[in-house]
Amino acid sequence: MAAESAVSGAFLASSKPSKKDVIEVEGTVAEALPNAMFKVELQNGHSVLAHISGKMRMNFIRVVPGDKVLVELSPYDLKRGRITRRVRY
Amino acid sequence: MVTLKTPEETAKMREAGRIVAEMLAACRGAVQPGVTTAELDRIAAEILKRHGATSNFKGYGVPVLPPFPGVICTSVNEQVVHGIPGKRRLKEGEILSIDAGAVVDGWHADAAITVPVGKVAPEATKLIAVTEEALRRAIATAQVGKRLGDVGAAVQDWVEGQGYTVVRNYVGHGIGRAMHEEPQVPNYGVADRGRKIEEGLCIAIEPMVNIGGPQTRTLEDRWTVVTADGSLSAHFEHSLWCTAKGPIVLTAPEGSAAVAA
Repeated sequence: MAAESAVSGAFLASSKPSKKDVIEVEGTVAEALPNAMFKVELQNGHSVLAHISGKMRMNFIRVVPGDKVLVELSPYDLKRGRITRRVRY
Repeated sequence: MVTLKTPEETAKMREAGRIVAEMLAACRGAVQPGVTTAELDRIAAEILKRHGATSNFKGYGVPVLPPFPGVICTSVNEQVVHGIPGKRRLKEGEILSIDAGAVVDGWHADAAITVPVGKVAPEATKLIAVTEEALRRAIATAQVGKRLGDVGAAVQDWVEGQGYTVVRNYVGHGIGRAMHEEPQVPNYGVADRGRKIEEGLCIAIEPMVNIGGPQTRTLEDRWTVVTADGSLSAHFEHSLWCTAKGPIVLTAPEGSAAVAA
């Protein structure tokens, strides 16, 4: 069985100018937590606590468990992230 | 984390690999027009049961995806990988990718083949041949001291030279205690880049080759991956153990064991 490429998210991200210093990875939402926080399971098996980016909130992009999302991780704390995009199937 | 495997560990994986080879051979023999993909799944499941092995496919995906229902993936024509076995009847002229896996004492093996159903168009025959050759080249490249970029480049250069494309969204993978371990093994790359292949590294290499563009899309069932442009796609895979004497194909059929390509 083929593994999903963890770099495909990075490829997606490279199409727009992105901030330096962040790591962008694709993951799947495992659980919705209070305060618009989500537990996101990354493709490398790690899970991070992530919040929704302000832009996604303003545009009312709903994120539910099971969605594939693009997460920005700070190199300083790899346990937390910021959901920047919902990825289409 | 990448773990290197000892000979005792790979012996278990070889056992699982032999079972996978048997599943694939049995399915290959059963493929003919009119057969449903669910029947192939049943044949494979019986072999697993007879050997007392378990499936690493059935139930995979929890909690983030619906559990995969089969012990094999059956991907027809434009389906690239992860097709779910079901009521679909194979028709003359179609091509079918069969992907199978087994677990023995917690050690995994994973392999795939693509076979024609009855008589197929010359283009389909060529696609299958090119993809199988891509895997052969990748295995030959997987020597200790080379890098994973060399493996990816071997596949990509050959496939693109034949006018086809390689899928990028799905990749080969490390294998061992789990079906998917680090490192990722892309079917594209730049020679002399990427992780160095060390003795004891176990990887599953699986070129997925499309006649049209490399883009893919996932169907509503959240598993089946199809080519975005609907073109035909083929897929071959072997699990390897990299040794100082060259790669050993863990999922080779009985008898042709320990083939260092």
